[in-house]
Amino acid sequence: MRETFVATTTALLDEDPRTALVLADISADVFDPALRRHPDRALNVGIREQLMIGVGGGLALTGMRPYLHSYAPFLVDRAYEQIKLDLGHQDTGAVLVSIGASYDSAASGYTHHSPGDVALLDTLEGWTVQVPGHRDEVPAMLREAARHDDRVYIRLGLQENTQAYRDGGKLRVIKRGGPLVLAVGPMLDPVLAATRDMDVTVAYTNTPRPLDVEGLRLLAEGEVIVVEPYLAGTSARLVGEALNDRPHRALHLGVGRAEVRDYGTWEDHAREHGLDAGGLRRSIGAFLGGGA
Amino acid sequence: MTVTTLRRLTGDEKHAPSAHSTLDVLRVLYERVLRITPETADAPDRDRFLLSKGHGPAAYYAVLADRGFIPEDWLDRMGQWNSPLGTHPDRVLIPGVEAGTGSLGHGLGLAVGVALGLRAQGYTETRTFVLLGDAELDEGSNHEAIAYAAALPLPLTAIVIDNHSATHGWPGGIPARFPGWTLSLVDGHDHDAIERGLLVRTGKPHLIVADVESKWS
Repeated sequence: MRETFVATTTALLDEDPRTALVLADISADVFDPALRRHPDRALNVGIREQLMIGVGGGLALTGMRPYLHSYAPFLVDRAYEQIKLDLGHQDTGAVLVSIGASYDSAASGYTHHSPGDVALLDTLEGWTVQVPGHRDEVPAMLREAARHDDRVYIRLGLQENTQAYRDGGKLRVIKRGGPLVLAVGPMLDPVLAATRDMDVTVAYTNTPRPLDVEGLRLLAEGEVIVVEPYLAGTSARLVGEALNDRPHRALHLGVGRAEVRDYGTWEDHAREHGLDAGGLRRSIGAFLGGGA
Repeated sequence: MTVTTLRRLTGDEKHAPSAHSTLDVLRVLYERVLRITPETADAPDRDRFLLSKGHGPAAYYAVLADRGFIPEDWLDRMGQWNSPLGTHPDRVLIPGVEAGTGSLGHGLGLAVGVALGLRAQGYTETRTFVLLGDAELDEGSNHEAIAYAAALPLPLTAIVIDNHSATHGWPGGIPARFPGWTLSLVDGHDHDAIERGLLVRTGKPHLIVADVESKWS
């Protein structure tokens, strides 16, 4: 996904003089041609994430469209107040593109993890959040974001589904059956594997914000399961509000709140958080009462 | 005129020393230097001024009223319900305000972005100014911007109102915190000296330290 992001953003810089790129050292090597070709608006501020967002806010105040990029814990967690004030409070926008969310940098430990990035942005107004499940979903997200001035967060991950769904902005039904299981981004393949012999409806979205409330209401009956690749329960409020006029039970699966003080790979952490196919099968089966 | 206008403002006595310390610099900026009027408040090539020291904006509001950006009767209701004037300025609510500030340490980073955006769009004559307080320099975010502006180098002008209110002071003096910047040291009430400092254009970032009476005196 990162390579797709670099290629598309480099092309946008070539095509549209309104486009700007601000880095804080991360990925500066792979953006080197763009940094050399557009030194006036492809910028590397150094390891200064607060400044990266501030500069993005300032660029946006002059009418430019800044793309800001780093590891999620530095882009979102560290610079949260700048995101809140230098973008939101100024009523300007930017496109934030992260890598290394949740636990992609598994061997680096918790300092490089950000399971709470989407929850943090949920405290703020007006953010579109996109979580591509496949690299081929990324270019359209970046190009669409160039056409307006709103606030967009695109969360790139190492985990990918086998198939791209370019129409995943709304809830897309992958499998029809009983209770709804909503898979966000790269959670689709493990959800499909976990529920392969269960009577459930599986829907997919790569755009959890704004949540497709209309689609959710059409598909959800009495039981809803949401599987997200970030902090468990991040979408609980929105799902509850969407369905508050009908009796329902909801299960929200995602990354646990407890710090996992271990390393390994993202697959190891997914297993630890119960987000591999086996863990999901146990949780979903128990919730629906059929066991696994 | 502005002093008279300033007296109309009530409701933010806590920040009065902060607000009044900026008055002379703001007057010189708006009366002698900035290429901006109410009619050109949205012109893409207008000069930009960002009040990073957003707390205590009474002097700022008084100058904006004097220059015709906002009606004077707005000043009577600062901080009240249904007033566009808070005790921190909001760019969305107030004509002529370039940045909504209040939480310290945001204006300089924004100003660097503004100056870069203007330069990228070819507005080479357009200038960017940002005003900070000496205590505000305690915020670490400023130092990310100070170092980056010097490294580029980026020609913007930062004015630090020094009313000696930084909790631990600044050993070595404020200019030592701005390596790579050119410098003017001025009396913060001397309009001609302030103007001379504001008119300096070196191709590098420029610092003006405007010394005023101590906040605690």
